[in-house]
Amino acid sequence: MMSENFKIVIVGSGPGGLSAAARAAEHGISHLLLEAAPHLANTIYHFQRGKPVMAEPAVLPLRSSMSFAAGIREHILETWREELTRHQVNYRVGATVTNISGQSGAFQIKLASGESINAEFVVLAIGVQGNIRKLAVPGEDLPMVQYHLDDPDAFSNETIVVVGGGDAGVENSLALAGQNRVILINRQEEFSNCKEANYDQLMAAVAQGKIETRVSTLTERIDALAPGNFNLAYVAQTPEGHEQIDCHRVIARLGAKPPRQLVESFGVRFPNSDSTSVPQLSEQYESNVPGLYIVGALAGYPLIKQAMNQGYEVIEYILGNPVEPADEALLREKFADVPDIHSVSEGIALLRVNQPLLAPLTTLQLREFMLDSTVRVLPRGEVIFNRNDYSNSFFSILEGRVAIQTEGQNGEEAVFGLEAGNFFGEMGLLSGRRRSGTAVASLDCVLVETPRRSMLKLLYSAAGVQRKLDEVSLKRVVRSCLDTSLPERELDYLVHEAQSKRYAVGDVLFNEGDKADGLYMIRRGSVTVSRMVAGKEVVLAYISAGNYVGEMALVSNKPRSATVRAASPTEVVLLEAVRVADVLGRNTSMRRKVDSRYLKQVRSDEYAPSSESSELINFLMGQGVGEATDVLLIDYARCIRCNNCETSCADAHDGTSRLDREAGSTYAQIHVPTSCRHCEHPHCMKDCPPDAIHRSVNGEVFISDNCIGCGNCQTNCPYGVIQMAVKTEYKKRSVWQVILGTGKQASEADEAETGNLPKKAVKCDMCKDIIGGPVCVRACPTGAAFRMSPENFMEYIK
Amino acid sequence: MNKMQGATLLKYKNYRYFKATSLLMALAITAYVLIRPAGGESYGGTWLGYVLGILSTLIMVFLMWYGITKRRISGAPERRQQRIRTTRSDEMAAQLKFERRKTRRKTRGLSGATLQEWLSAHVYLGASLIVLVSLHTGFHFGMNVHTLAYVLMLLVITSGFYGLNVYLNYPRLITLNMAEDTLDDLLLKIAELDELACTRALGLPDEVNALVLKARHETRIGGTLFQQLSGEQRDCPTRHAVQQMLHLGEKYNQDDQPKIMRDLYSALLRKEKLVLRARTEIMLKARLECWLYLHAPLGIALLAALTAHIVSIFFYW
Repeated sequence: MMSENFKIVIVGSGPGGLSAAARAAEHGISHLLLEAAPHLANTIYHFQRGKPVMAEPAVLPLRSSMSFAAGIREHILETWREELTRHQVNYRVGATVTNISGQSGAFQIKLASGESINAEFVVLAIGVQGNIRKLAVPGEDLPMVQYHLDDPDAFSNETIVVVGGGDAGVENSLALAGQNRVILINRQEEFSNCKEANYDQLMAAVAQGKIETRVSTLTERIDALAPGNFNLAYVAQTPEGHEQIDCHRVIARLGAKPPRQLVESFGVRFPNSDSTSVPQLSEQYESNVPGLYIVGALAGYPLIKQAMNQGYEVIEYILGNPVEPADEALLREKFADVPDIHSVSEGIALLRVNQPLLAPLTTLQLREFMLDSTVRVLPRGEVIFNRNDYSNSFFSILEGRVAIQTEGQNGEEAVFGLEAGNFFGEMGLLSGRRRSGTAVASLDCVLVETPRRSMLKLLYSAAGVQRKLDEVSLKRVVRSCLDTSLPERELDYLVHEAQSKRYAVGDVLFNEGDKADGLYMIRRGSVTVSRMVAGKEVVLAYISAGNYVGEMALVSNKPRSATVRAASPTEVVLLEAVRVADVLGRNTSMRRKVDSRYLKQVRSDEYAPSSESSELINFLMGQGVGEATDVLLIDYARCIRCNNCETSCADAHDGTSRLDREAGSTYAQIHVPTSCRHCEHPHCMKDCPPDAIHRSVNGEVFISDNCIGCGNCQTNCPYGVIQMAVKTEYKKRSVWQVILGTGKQASEADEAETGNLPKKAVKCDMCKDIIGGPVCVRACPTGAAFRMSPENFMEYIK
Repeated sequence: MNKMQGATLLKYKNYRYFKATSLLMALAITAYVLIRPAGGESYGGTWLGYVLGILSTLIMVFLMWYGITKRRISGAPERRQQRIRTTRSDEMAAQLKFERRKTRRKTRGLSGATLQEWLSAHVYLGASLIVLVSLHTGFHFGMNVHTLAYVLMLLVITSGFYGLNVYLNYPRLITLNMAEDTLDDLLLKIAELDELACTRALGLPDEVNALVLKARHETRIGGTLFQQLSGEQRDCPTRHAVQQMLHLGEKYNQDDQPKIMRDLYSALLRKEKLVLRARTEIMLKARLECWLYLHAPLGIALLAALTAHIVSIFFYW
């Protein structure tokens, strides 16, 4: 077969790919845009009908041959379609790329159809959604076999076979079951792959006969039927033998193949095995394979506008045209206040020289780093953050000197200075807890402040940064946990070969009776200390990050006196017993501190909580309170169920209550309602494309106005406390309206009015903008609602 | 009890409002006993009577304001808007950051008084009216608007005492009865058991079928106000069915269906238990709420009578 030749082949027709193809077309270069799906811009195509698409970040200018502005899905797709025709973009849909080989100037691209295409350059813009897994049986591409469900209400009175026992399959089945006959096919014996809530709903639906299920069942083939009552014959192998189900429609939800493996098969290298890591790219988006360029979400830029800009730029780079990156103006502005820096490249260079931590980064990564960060020029004496603030950004010192004042466990103060080239703030970043010290500029300073998310992203994608950070931060952890006055020499000795260990919730750090292996500095997360009493495990204490455990056995030279378990995802630094003993022998001040803690511990053991309180701690830990910083609890022995907490919450927050009083578990009259716990490491922050979720200085985790309504946080929150809601004009009732009983009450907000408006994520912000603090607590007439942080557990419970 | 359970309404802030109102009442009684002011026909017309009357009126207005506070605890709209505006401007925000933290702590006690504090004060001040107003009357009663206001006030306070009692005691009972279930959960389970019982009964004699159907269709959960408050249904068909099943079980035992009968009996038994729990839930919630339907309207009636009382005394002048 003759293979075609192009200068540039673009793989993937998302925003990045489209933009690149349009730019290539505008230049009149021979190009080809390949799309595996039957539609261009497949991901956006499969957004729900009428879904509003946002254009974040607002500050970033768009530079592309295609236009893009916030609007609804249909409008955006329509505009793009017109523009593609106008630019005469050469594209092919339904063309799945299976392999890319060769090198710059002579790439060979193999398609699933067996065709082969030659290209000088390849632009990979396939995103991270992955390829939808198909049924892989005869009939998988029949017209009524679909792999998406955009609008469950579009189908009624049909017999529908849903394949896939994961969340997507179960959710689709539940949504369709109301007005259709639904048969859910699961390859496995049980529905163990879906969320508990989905499982419960499914079981209820099955019990009521709304959904039929087949388990341990494999799809064999799908046949088209002659026009008649049913369109398809779905044939499957069940434990009882072959079964044919005549149906109108087959919906298969089998997940997606993540693209990483495919990309690696092209020869592209990823820096580490972490699932969030992105391939290392040059400043011009070129991967380690020369001539192979990567843009968009796969390159770590998940927003539409970023991807479109990169699509434009990558074509210019391939053609060898010098373009100023779209973010140049933004970066210039960031450095504008620094007296000695006159251009962006100078600033970036200074950052590279004066922050050894960032040395392993490429210029592209540094630019990205700077784009998220802010440059702060501070006069001498200015406070950067205060001890006990909840801020979690990371600071690099470019110029000047910073003094950190910390306070040890026993209240003794210590001050140490940091010169240019150092960094600070990593403890708050890693522990998710309050700042352990106050940072003050002791000379005029130039600092770069990087938000938590960008820093974490950097740590995941650049292994070198993580290692360099650890070298310094381990010592700091030991110093702040153990003894702030410990000399550098002893610290070096202690952390030499110290291991950093990670534990999942419930994992055991050590067991009662074990031989003592060392001292555990808790760097992140929290642990519970428990002991077997009369055959029952009784929780004695809850210990949070910034403290240590394991000193009992070390001091007394006996086996472990208690079991220590992770109460939330925990990271510890384990110091070897021998080294600790040596250092203790040499340093009387540290010895005294550890001893006094030991005695305190011995004393508090005498007042160990009753088994009832211990059960209560276990219950709360089971509810995830262990990873919380501030959680709403309700004493059900006082709660008159008036729901004033919800009503007033709605009243304070534009008519939508952020808490659900009735949902949630109860133990021994203590109820954990569905409401935000302001986790140390908020799950909701994990995957927020516009970085709209932040933690304020006082600890409140809140969502800012630039939310794009993608719903990721809602999915990521394990406690179900985030909802998507329409922001409405909500007017509080005036005194007269309350007296006369007129005006709409918060709980009566009209659903119908808000049907098609864009939704944004809504969650508890602990009423950070309201004088007096959280209204849920203030609005409780009987004082049943209270907020608590787990550090105060033991005080409360004993 | 652990510290998670904060102070009750009565003990709030170490009996702050108990102490305050006790003092108030003690002062009033002492004044009543010691000072014998010369004045008009009735005691209320003396200067001490006026003082007590005005004080009581102010307290009543304060008590009624509780109803408004309860619905507006999230703060007045104007002030919040203002606050948002200040935080929006970045410079100001930076400047205010530190101060805000300070003020936030400070204001908690003033403008941000919790509703619990309000309610605690409401309870004690409300109770103190019995003493203050009785003194104000000088124990002169008659068939007139003045005494009407007095009687209405006593009714309001009595209903309030009932409310206080249920507020303090019922929440615990609700949790004990419901554990983690909601009423909807129970109703769903009951419906499922009904379905199950009906299917089981299909092949059984008509007498059993009729019993089960009756239990399904005529068991009321909720129902009239009286049924809600009592938590019972007279001759509850479900309970009846459970009792009857024992006899019928013996009667039809010769048939070869003892297992189905047993299943049916256990389904009905489980349903009876759930129905009882659902009714208890409704009863407790109804009793928690019902008194408010007296307390508030009577309060408004009292306000009307009080206005009439105050207007009318101007004519004595």
